[in-house]
Amino acid sequence: MKKLAIAATALAFTATGALAQELNIYNWGNYTNPKLIEKFEAETGIKVTITDYDSNDTALAKVKAGGHGFDIVVPSASYVPIWVGEGLLAETRPDQMENFKNVDPVWVNVDWDPGRKYTVPWQWGTTGVVVNTKYYDGDIDTSAIFMDPPDELKGKINVVPEMGDVMGLAIMYYGGKPCTDDKELLKKVRDGLVAAKQHWLGMDYGNIEKFAKEDLWAGVNWNGSTFRMRLQNENIKYGYPKEGYVVWMDSVGVLKDAQNMDEAKAFQNFIMDPENAALISEFARYANGITGSEAFMPEDMKTAREIQIPAELKDKGVFIPTCAPETQALYTRIWTDLQK
Amino acid sequence: MSEMGATPYPPGELEREARAADTRRRWLLSLPALVIIIFAAAGPLLVMVVYSFLTPGDYGNVKWQFSLEGWTNTIVQRDIFDDTLIWADAHLSIFWRSLSLSLITTLLTLIFGVPTAWFIATQPPGKREFWLFLVTVPFWTNLLVRTIAIQELIRSEGVINLVLLKLGIIDAPLQMMFTDFAIGFGMTYVYLPLMVLPVYAAVDKLDFRLVEAAHDLYASRWTAFRRVILPLIKPGIIAGSILVFIPCLGAYVTPRVLGGGKNLMFGNLIELQFGQGRNWPLGAALSLMLMVAVMVALIWYVRVTSREQADGR
Repeated sequence: MKKLAIAATALAFTATGALAQELNIYNWGNYTNPKLIEKFEAETGIKVTITDYDSNDTALAKVKAGGHGFDIVVPSASYVPIWVGEGLLAETRPDQMENFKNVDPVWVNVDWDPGRKYTVPWQWGTTGVVVNTKYYDGDIDTSAIFMDPPDELKGKINVVPEMGDVMGLAIMYYGGKPCTDDKELLKKVRDGLVAAKQHWLGMDYGNIEKFAKEDLWAGVNWNGSTFRMRLQNENIKYGYPKEGYVVWMDSVGVLKDAQNMDEAKAFQNFIMDPENAALISEFARYANGITGSEAFMPEDMKTAREIQIPAELKDKGVFIPTCAPETQALYTRIWTDLQK
Repeated sequence: MSEMGATPYPPGELEREARAADTRRRWLLSLPALVIIIFAAAGPLLVMVVYSFLTPGDYGNVKWQFSLEGWTNTIVQRDIFDDTLIWADAHLSIFWRSLSLSLITTLLTLIFGVPTAWFIATQPPGKREFWLFLVTVPFWTNLLVRTIAIQELIRSEGVINLVLLKLGIIDAPLQMMFTDFAIGFGMTYVYLPLMVLPVYAAVDKLDFRLVEAAHDLYASRWTAFRRVILPLIKPGIIAGSILVFIPCLGAYVTPRVLGGGKNLMFGNLIELQFGQGRNWPLGAALSLMLMVAVMVALIWYVRVTSREQADGR
């Protein structure tokens, strides 16, 4: 009897092992709509597991170390060439997939993946400033909000510790271009950041709650995350620094050593469907780069300042390229000095 | 020679054989532990040592070129602007921050932990288990969850501020979140059980007749504590201090979540090198440096305290 039971369990295990299709997604935290995953699971029968990371470099380091077990990763634009160059992404040819026709032409021939041979758009957005207008009602379309803060906001500012974005904003505030190695300018940037830091309260991720409950009043933040804050607290407003703000896009790539290659490709195709792309945006509140998805999006996204960039500030957005390793090393030193 | 055949083994041979078998058995029994130590501790450590002497790769990882820069950069660095050799004051000040935080936390857990342990150990036997059980309850929940729960207490509209406002003690919310107070509060809370448990074990073994004897000989309460109780529970205090101090040095989740991450801890500095900094050799050298510092501090601490003990009796 006992033997029979063991045999039965063993059989059950091998049976599920052979039948159950799986997909392991490695994505930014608090970024994937559970409804999107439920829909994908219902339509394909593939069981999805999501693991979070909080920065591009964490993801890169972990995957490079090997033994991760992930199939899909969602790097930012400036990191895609690194992932491709290091031979970590599979050439899945999304451009030949069924739903590729829905991709907005603006996002097809992009610098980081010309013609989209590796990656599919996930979401794009901007890094700017956030201000609670209950405490400060002056001009908020400026990086001075965190680089040279008005007295009302001092001591209540949070700057997201995303080195590339913050360095980019600070460099543009002093009139430079992101990834510059102009030492004279970088010295100004470092001294400016160090001086500004004494007015900051924190440098942390995941602050939607803290802004909504007014523990924090201003800072550097992403547009979609600010949108989610505003839905909980209407005094919160998103600003586009006129000195230059950061534009970014995160794209979905498949890892070369993926265990579930077919399932991963199915997922890439799945999210290029307008209805599904709209689900991505509905949750994280960023635009997605899929034509026709607007029709399925919540009404409040069509007029939101966080999504619709004001006309006069449209040309101030800058895509941050992949910085040279020596420049990156320089920025790390400045970053360490800033937090010592 | 033929007479020798009567005794097949020379005298003592059997005994030696038994001893050899015993040694073999001991090695076999400790094999699982040895395997774990070699694979899970010594192996990775060796990788770290090797990596610390290599050149950083362009996008993380290492290039197989020998370099001492990982090590020299922990102490001195080239100034990024005028290229002169300067002290790596950022690393040193961050190390000092972690060190002082660990010392303060150890002190605070001692202040709160020793009376708690004393209280539990002096309860009637049936009740002790209940109190000990309460001390271990926090271990049931993930560290991050507990840390975020503390945020709910100390935020501007949190429990503490609301109560103080209601009672009229303050007129405006106190800024507690993202301050040094928050870090100290959180660290003490997280590491307190690690102090309470070893001290409890020591107090539990304490012979209370000795305390009574001290009082009979006209020792004041303070003197009895200092001259009789303290020396007897010292092993517990030493164990507790070590258990609190070491993980504190490497802690970075609690300081980041409660302190706001504005200032790096040594753990964050190491993480930065393996992440955004893309300088694995420096990261490896910094973590080995931390390990050596901990070992030196431990050896010193144990030697000093054991010498005191030897002198004391």
